[in-house]
Amino acid sequence: MIDKVTVLGGYNKQGEEEPVKKVVIKKGEIVGVVGPTGSGKSSLIGDIEQLAQKDTFSKRKILVNDEEPSYDDRTNPRKKMVAQLSQNMNFLADMSVGDFLNLHAKCRGASSKCADAVIKLANTLTGEPIKKEHELTILSGGQSRALMVADVAIISDSPIVLIDEIENAGIRKHDALNVLSGHGKIVMVVTHDPVLALMTDRRIVMRSGGMEKVISTTESEKAISKKLSRIDDLLLNLRDKVRNGDVIEDINMDGANL
Amino acid sequence: MRMIIVAGTPGSGKTAVLIHALRSLKERNLKSSVVKIDCLYTDDGKKFESIGIPTKVGLSMDMCPDHFAIYNIEDMIEWARENDSECLIVETAGLCHRCAPYTLNSLGVCVIDATSGPNTPLKVGPFLSTADIAVITKGDMISQAEREIFRERVLEVNPKCKVIDANGLSGQGCMELAEEIYKSEEVSLEEEKLRHSAPLAVCTLCVGETKVNKKHHRGILRKIDGFQTYKGE
Repeated sequence: MIDKVTVLGGYNKQGEEEPVKKVVIKKGEIVGVVGPTGSGKSSLIGDIEQLAQKDTFSKRKILVNDEEPSYDDRTNPRKKMVAQLSQNMNFLADMSVGDFLNLHAKCRGASSKCADAVIKLANTLTGEPIKKEHELTILSGGQSRALMVADVAIISDSPIVLIDEIENAGIRKHDALNVLSGHGKIVMVVTHDPVLALMTDRRIVMRSGGMEKVISTTESEKAISKKLSRIDDLLLNLRDKVRNGDVIEDINMDGANL
Repeated sequence: MRMIIVAGTPGSGKTAVLIHALRSLKERNLKSSVVKIDCLYTDDGKKFESIGIPTKVGLSMDMCPDHFAIYNIEDMIEWARENDSECLIVETAGLCHRCAPYTLNSLGVCVIDATSGPNTPLKVGPFLSTADIAVITKGDMISQAEREIFRERVLEVNPKCKVIDANGLSGQGCMELAEEIYKSEEVSLEEEKLRHSAPLAVCTLCVGETKVNKKHHRGILRKIDGFQTYKGE
């Protein structure tokens, strides 16, 4: 049972101590990670994925329930506490979707029946359906991403979920986020998207490789987030129409309540 | 003298990983010397020297770099002793990866690139299956699922090895490697043996024949149908 994860600060890219010395994330919380490109967002996520013990570039230390995780906890996929959706858009493994999912289910000690469920879920997130006999390497960016999301949600079902730029690759990001952030999990979302950033409970601001500050989402930000979601829905509907070859004649701005 | 033999596929990040590990060993006051074995060209020697490690480069030219490394082990150890080192690290390029350059009592480290695909561990043979430590690099370039499958495949081939996920750029995992190097035991060469025999290499190609036609080849020849024959006197 994981109740909290603690990130103990290390050093930024200049080798200076990072301003935020400690972040505690509790069960059920969604925390955003924001900052310019190259500011160290993915590295922070990477540190948590590896449950770093001052052995990465940043020298951060990650505690789980206030304790150092064991070597086995850190490395054995069957015991892994962390599921990660990285920024990678493509698979490199030269095998079919079905074989890949079965192998991964075996690694994680999950049931072999998972493969069908993963494909089914992935197909709710992307356009052209993925089939079991497809080669992984021919999948499009969006299909790969949808499959990765579904794989993380079903096969790598873990109490800590790390999500890196889910807005990429044209999949339905709200649906994907819902699929990934199950009840009672610790969720961290790296994002450039204000809609997602303001949906979180808190956000860590990164600069120059270090954690610069932590902002709790204010009440007015939460209200803005709801408005932004409506704009987002509007755009997503338009996107689907354009994708389906429709001609756009009018948009309903009233629905967005701008 | 501790002896660490590091093998790995080209471009897998052997040198980058070792540089990080060596820095960590230096902080712990363990004196190391490095021999880098390559085939035709390398400037990795400079990289090791730049962090203040005594370095020697050996180019095997038209000889198999693993064989070359094995013939020269005694001289390398002698040289490391002259440097007052407690640890000799031999980084070897390897060609076909059918050879395993590790000796019984050395610490055998295999560096393998996770982007090379999950079938690679099944292909590379003794160089992975007889290693003590498998260092998997470039895991950050692939999805977590692929990383986990790759690791499983490595353990299928070598269930006893210790797997270290490492990143040559950030240095992740390299401190763990340094710890294993630190803990490794002294080796004496007198009765030391290879863990695995080198592959058969006693055909006419081995001694310089370049003609491809079958009639020019002598020695122990293995056919594609699996039959092995000896042609010659």
